[in-house]
Amino acid sequence: MTELLIDVHAHFLHAGAGRADWERVNRARLTAGERMGIRCHVASVLGSYGHTSPTYFPSPADVTAGNAAMRVIAEREPHRVRWYVTVNPNYTAHALAEIRNARQDGAIGVKLLASRRADDALLDPICQLAAEAGMPVLHHIWQHRTREWPNQEISDGADLARLAARHPQTQFILAHLGGGGDWAHTLSAVADSPNIHPDLSGSGIDRGMLDAAIRALGAGRVLWACDLTMETGLAKLRALAHVGLTDDDLADIRWRNAVRLFGAAAFPMVHA
Amino acid sequence: MIDVATWIGPYPFRDVPHPEPAILAGVVEREGLSGAWVGWLPAAWQRDPAPGNEHLLAALSPHPTLHPAPVVRPDWPRWERTLDDLLARRAVAIRAYPMHWGLPPASAAMLALGAACAERKVPLLLTVRFEDLRQRSALDVAADLTAAHVRALARSHPDIRIVITAAGRDLIEETHWGLTPEEQQRVHWDFAWVWGPPEEHFAHLIRTLGPARFVHGSHWPLRLVQNSQANLDLLPDELRAVAITDAETLAKTVGKNPT
Repeated sequence: MTELLIDVHAHFLHAGAGRADWERVNRARLTAGERMGIRCHVASVLGSYGHTSPTYFPSPADVTAGNAAMRVIAEREPHRVRWYVTVNPNYTAHALAEIRNARQDGAIGVKLLASRRADDALLDPICQLAAEAGMPVLHHIWQHRTREWPNQEISDGADLARLAARHPQTQFILAHLGGGGDWAHTLSAVADSPNIHPDLSGSGIDRGMLDAAIRALGAGRVLWACDLTMETGLAKLRALAHVGLTDDDLADIRWRNAVRLFGAAAFPMVHA
Repeated sequence: MIDVATWIGPYPFRDVPHPEPAILAGVVEREGLSGAWVGWLPAAWQRDPAPGNEHLLAALSPHPTLHPAPVVRPDWPRWERTLDDLLARRAVAIRAYPMHWGLPPASAAMLALGAACAERKVPLLLTVRFEDLRQRSALDVAADLTAAHVRALARSHPDIRIVITAAGRDLIEETHWGLTPEEQQRVHWDFAWVWGPPEEHFAHLIRTLGPARFVHGSHWPLRLVQNSQANLDLLPDELRAVAITDAETLAKTVGKNPT
């Protein structure tokens, strides 16, 4: 069943994002997903996307509002949308409450932005709860942090590897291998962290990246995804046909690794 | 359909898989393209482009679908003679890298090259960037091509044809809407770095600039060749039948009234 496809890194907008065209953008994602054959979008809302607090440092109020909006979308699109609960680890009690509530409301994963560096101790209670709840953690990552970048306290693969070593029972999705920076550094940084699974999303479409990721980590640790640019997701999907994968390998990357990480119960549409 | 943005040869800042002409010729065939304008990748970082041009011409000669797009550096001695020599040796377009050479937007040398290309009915090919800023090597200090460079060239000669590769929506719009309708017709863009859905920058540009301003470019061997077709395939339903320009026609239109 190589034709199945799960996008493990998607986002939706909402009315609180300060954009008049937010509904158009959400519709465009779903329409493009239909054309690409995406069976399920695993998505998050990032607070107010900078409208009332910074995207990567969302206020607790914006976190809650964003998660509520995300839940509504998932409930409206049960046949094709699952969701991550977004949290800001600087507000520990709020973050833990959001995760517990969202789990009750159907969230299947936790989304961490760049509000705190990945190896910070403030992430520990969140990762512990995620493991107990069986919720993978999608962590925003810069590939090889060589300096600070504005508007985010950015982490890289080495930072995430330190967190993953402290939480071997927690499964981590390393966000957007193609999302900026040096992906080759990341592959080395997480090679010995079996609970880190990079997703292939991002606007970066370097030739050689797919081959190198699969060579370094194996097809069983790589997840297909889009993030903000679905055309690059489609390009990578088509390119995967030319990197010498077996049908099993291709199915792993397209959807089976996601099912293993989140659990089959998370994707009834895949097994329908 | 011609791919206007391909190179052969090694990239200075990372290993690129088999950047060889035989591989590119196979990719062109596999993707259903009629051919590609091909440059010598290291040339952007070399002071004298002449050795790279020689490598390029020799390497492409066995491959009829690969058309040389060599470099002419207009602040280099005897560049006009170089230009004529390259055109006599089947160059179909001329590349220039003003950012790498430190040439400003109103550079007399660049404007002279633009005029020379216009008079010889050959497109001038400029590249905005080779890599995303976020992953660029600390040694790769050339800034992205600016809209001011493109506007200056577009205004400089009525017969000039400029092809800009690797521009994003912002640069395209800043340039296009800063030109007269006549000047706009002198510029074509590839859309390899323009976002598709869900933001739909490409659809927006098709609607506002028209599909005729766009040509196909992949940035092989640096980037996945599948991206531009993916962008076309994900256009909204009402735009899927639009026809972008085949760059093969550009040289034929140089010197004629734009349509």
